[in-house]
Amino acid sequence: MTYSPSHFTAVLEFALCVSVVFGITQRDTPKRMLRYGAAAFGLFAGSAIVLSWLMFFLAR
Amino acid sequence: MATSPTKPATASSTKSSGFIYGPLLAGWLIPGGGHFLQRKWIRGSLLLVAIGTMFVLGILMQGKLYTSAQSILDMLGLAGDMGSGLFYLVSRQMGLGTDAIQVTTADYGTRFLVFAGLLNIIAAVDAHNLYTGRKK
Repeated sequence: MTYSPSHFTAVLEFALCVSVVFGITQRDTPKRMLRYGAAAFGLFAGSAIVLSWLMFFLAR
Repeated sequence: MATSPTKPATASSTKSSGFIYGPLLAGWLIPGGGHFLQRKWIRGSLLLVAIGTMFVLGILMQGKLYTSAQSILDMLGLAGDMGSGLFYLVSRQMGLGTDAIQVTTADYGTRFLVFAGLLNIIAAVDAHNLYTGRKK
């Protein structure tokens, strides 16, 4: 059994798993963990989108 | 004569007892294991699911598990992979992650495997900090 996601799907999966671990390990209370994890996920996914568009325009 | 106020007991002196590196070792062997030892069931379960999912996805993407260190980059990859503890050892025994990389996603898979190990080390250190009282 193999799995071949698109690059963006792989980014989202990576971001989700890393954000969960970062949230739990870097903050003390559940509420702050959730906020930190959500922020980390947003920054991972957002920066991937921004950098992708940047590379798109640089390549033209 | 004035008596000096008693110092509040530090968290580390009140919390830790027994083998201080137990949660660190358990957390390394099984993702979230150190948290389970301290009855942090939800945190441990989330760590197990997140790190386990990452490791399984890496294997499914045909990622490579580092087995020896021929260069400095291999050495770093091996150190990252070994952070997964039992996942790494069992996968090696089962012969997973040994195929030559032939598709693009396999390279992603290799990174997933290394990062799963590195995240597990962070989680194990977090469990140790909880045990010593450095973190709540």
